[in-house]
Amino acid sequence: MERKSDKWHAFNIFTFMPAQPLLQFTGKSIYCTVADAHIDPWIPVDKAIITHAHSDHARWGSKHYLSHKDSEPILRLRLGQDISLQTVEYGEKFVINGVTFSLHPAGHIIGSAQVRVEYKGEVWVASGDYKLEDDHFAVPFEPVKCNVFITESTFGLPIYKWQPQQEVMTEIDHWWAQNKAEGKASVLMGYSLGKMQRILKNIQLQDKTIYAHGAIYTLNERLRQAGFDLPELTLVTKETDRKLFKGSLVLAPPSVDSSTWIKKFNPYSLGYCSGWMALRGAKNRRAVDQGFVLSDHVDWPDLNRAVKESEAEKVYVTHGYTSIYSRWLNENGIEAGEVNTMYGNEDESEEEEAVQDSTVKSL
Amino acid sequence: MKQFAELFMNLDRTNKTNAKVELMKQYFLSASDEDKLWALTLFTGRRPSFKVNRTMVKEWAALEANIPMWLFQESYHSVGDLGETISLLLPRNQTLASDKSLTEWFYYLGLLPGMTDEEKHDHIVQAWMQLSQHETFVFNKLLMGSFRIGVSQTLVVRALAEATETDSNVIAHRVMGQWDPKDTTFEKLILDKGENDNASRPYPFFLAYPIEGDVSDLGDPNDWFAEWKWDGIRSQIIYRNNELFIWTRGEELSTQKFPELHFLSEVLPNGTVLDGEIVSYLDDKPMSFNVLQTRIGRKNLSKKVLEEAPVAFLAYDILEANGVDLRGLTQEQRRAELELIHKNAPNQFVFNLSPLIDFKEWPVLHELHALSRQNIAEGFMIKRKGSTYQVGRKKGDWWKWKINPLSVDAVLIYAQKGSGRRAELFTDYTFAVWGDDGKLVPFAKAYSGLTDVEIGQVDYFIKRSVLEKFGPVRTVKPELVFEIGFEGINESSRHKSGIAVRFPRILRWRKDKKAAEADTLEGLKAILEVYR
Repeated sequence: MERKSDKWHAFNIFTFMPAQPLLQFTGKSIYCTVADAHIDPWIPVDKAIITHAHSDHARWGSKHYLSHKDSEPILRLRLGQDISLQTVEYGEKFVINGVTFSLHPAGHIIGSAQVRVEYKGEVWVASGDYKLEDDHFAVPFEPVKCNVFITESTFGLPIYKWQPQQEVMTEIDHWWAQNKAEGKASVLMGYSLGKMQRILKNIQLQDKTIYAHGAIYTLNERLRQAGFDLPELTLVTKETDRKLFKGSLVLAPPSVDSSTWIKKFNPYSLGYCSGWMALRGAKNRRAVDQGFVLSDHVDWPDLNRAVKESEAEKVYVTHGYTSIYSRWLNENGIEAGEVNTMYGNEDESEEEEAVQDSTVKSL
Repeated sequence: MKQFAELFMNLDRTNKTNAKVELMKQYFLSASDEDKLWALTLFTGRRPSFKVNRTMVKEWAALEANIPMWLFQESYHSVGDLGETISLLLPRNQTLASDKSLTEWFYYLGLLPGMTDEEKHDHIVQAWMQLSQHETFVFNKLLMGSFRIGVSQTLVVRALAEATETDSNVIAHRVMGQWDPKDTTFEKLILDKGENDNASRPYPFFLAYPIEGDVSDLGDPNDWFAEWKWDGIRSQIIYRNNELFIWTRGEELSTQKFPELHFLSEVLPNGTVLDGEIVSYLDDKPMSFNVLQTRIGRKNLSKKVLEEAPVAFLAYDILEANGVDLRGLTQEQRRAELELIHKNAPNQFVFNLSPLIDFKEWPVLHELHALSRQNIAEGFMIKRKGSTYQVGRKKGDWWKWKINPLSVDAVLIYAQKGSGRRAELFTDYTFAVWGDDGKLVPFAKAYSGLTDVEIGQVDYFIKRSVLEKFGPVRTVKPELVFEIGFEGINESSRHKSGIAVRFPRILRWRKDKKAAEADTLEGLKAILEVYR
């Protein structure tokens, strides 16, 4: 244990980098001093570059936001219709105070981006959250070569190895079909932003009518209005005839399993899509009938692949198994340091969504 | 193996009792007799040991997974289950698909004890290469794991009873005692009509429920017996075919551990089964469980141990007399039989009766209850005079009325992630009280007692209040106070605090208290003085 703390000191930003590193971890954001711009700040700032619209990365209250154009509908939905927001295409360069920025596909959710920052020949990439597998909705991840790579490590342990997406989708198809045969509703939980679009694009839609919880319904409508190719969902309301749920698919955020909302689907089977479902403990704790191992984050092999393909000489490891993954990289000849951030609280933000949902229902 | 792995995963996934019974029933209806017998072996905790060193198995797995040992350990801490960790880490290139049955796998494993370490390595790695991830997990459980998947013996018995359309009491009796899947068959063990072929076989214990509400709610006091609830080891003493067997409640044959009781083979008539408590006992008085604990688990009982911690058997029931099953008689009738046997026995302190408490009114019992600790008892057992001797934990006829545990308010100082159902959540806590020097001294670990919601809240606090990391252990800001209950307290040179408490558990979260208001080590030592 001694050893870990030594390591951390060794990679303290003051000793690890030259006097003025291009990006700094200030405890408030990933900050570029020269450009005076923040990446995913967790307090209100002047200029916020947003990697993606999940609420642990896109926080309320900044003066100006910049994001990929596909993030716009959700950012406006979540942060306010009237925020000051500039959008760019992937690969489009913009210069702030001599620093060249560009966004590149991160494959995490719709509009998600890695932020490439270049100044005087040095390139840093802040990758936000990402995955390498093409989910058929978000633009797939593209490796960006850099000197310094900032990576998440949500699933940065070798126990996490995802099956190919199509296998999981087939499992979901079978589960739904079996529930249908047994006259049960299939209540499928997952993050409303990212997971649900991925599911809708990849499973076999066995019915015309797919039911959704308010949190998911609202997002889906917003994305459809913005022109994305997603099927229309049917909002579950107090008035919906309960007999219609029999055999149907109901999409819900992960917080509903402890609510009374879910009772109306009785009899039902409860499924949950999450990378955490890889562990029996997590699966049993959620007391779900069926766990589907499906994540929008990189697994262990892809994490290592991404680091390798970035060709970075230095890696900063943020949210997740930071100390473990940075030790692994150091032992494998890649200089790495761990950074504490406030990312990785998607669970909590999902709970907020469920609370907000009561307003949706009354619409 | 596929079928059993599927059963295992399905059982693991549901927490609904009826669903578990149904799954097992379907298995017992469809699997081969051989496989059923092995499944039963596992579910009743009779997994044979294959003499493999867990550390070596970890090393072999890390090697196969191509990761350093520290990373293996970190993975293990996250998963919380060794067999599962290995199954997740191994490369997924199942090269030689196998359709070996559960039984065949057991014979495969049975070859291990005679092998060198190198051969063991090859043998196990070979197996891993043939199995899918789930199967590898189950295989690892066969190899070295415990089978904790929320299937109690009672549930297994129920499923088996339903599948074979046999009375569950009969099945419960048949699966008890000593049997080895290698020398019996499913047919012989479960379906055979010729009973009592196994002289050592105990009866399933009848267990009491904690009393609900007040004891006076039980109605007419004349309908009830009351006895002290002894703090010892629940045991069945069997004398059949001129041989004595002592079974403890964990279904362990422990005859050799209690030489003091061997004289009973001269005393009891053939075909006798007694139910009672083994306690440490000096002259005519029971001693605290602490004394008994000094000899439990010892392989060799030295003269010194036997002198310092002698035992006695306090009988409270008789289940068989002259080879006849008496469980259908009433409590009162069985008590009379028991007293008859005891009356003629020598050495009446070592083979003693658990005395019946004399009471006519419930308030009298209330008064006596307050004296439980002085009598080295944990409270009362209340038994309906008209009740038969049943199987397992049943409501209605046997009640336990326990004294409140001892308790102190203590501060949460260390936390560790749980395992199994609670992996990834901080659920294993260490608690401390204030020492003389104003520092917190750890004195107890506790895992249970909080609701799932509270566990979530404490976990949230811990993840934001970590001060240091020591392997899987986190030092936490000393802020949260909990009332910690325990059954007994003893001196201990192995603990920093100098004391050890028995069955510590969280009684409640004292959100109203600040860390500074927690109890002191001095206070704990005062409790020790009283209950020494």
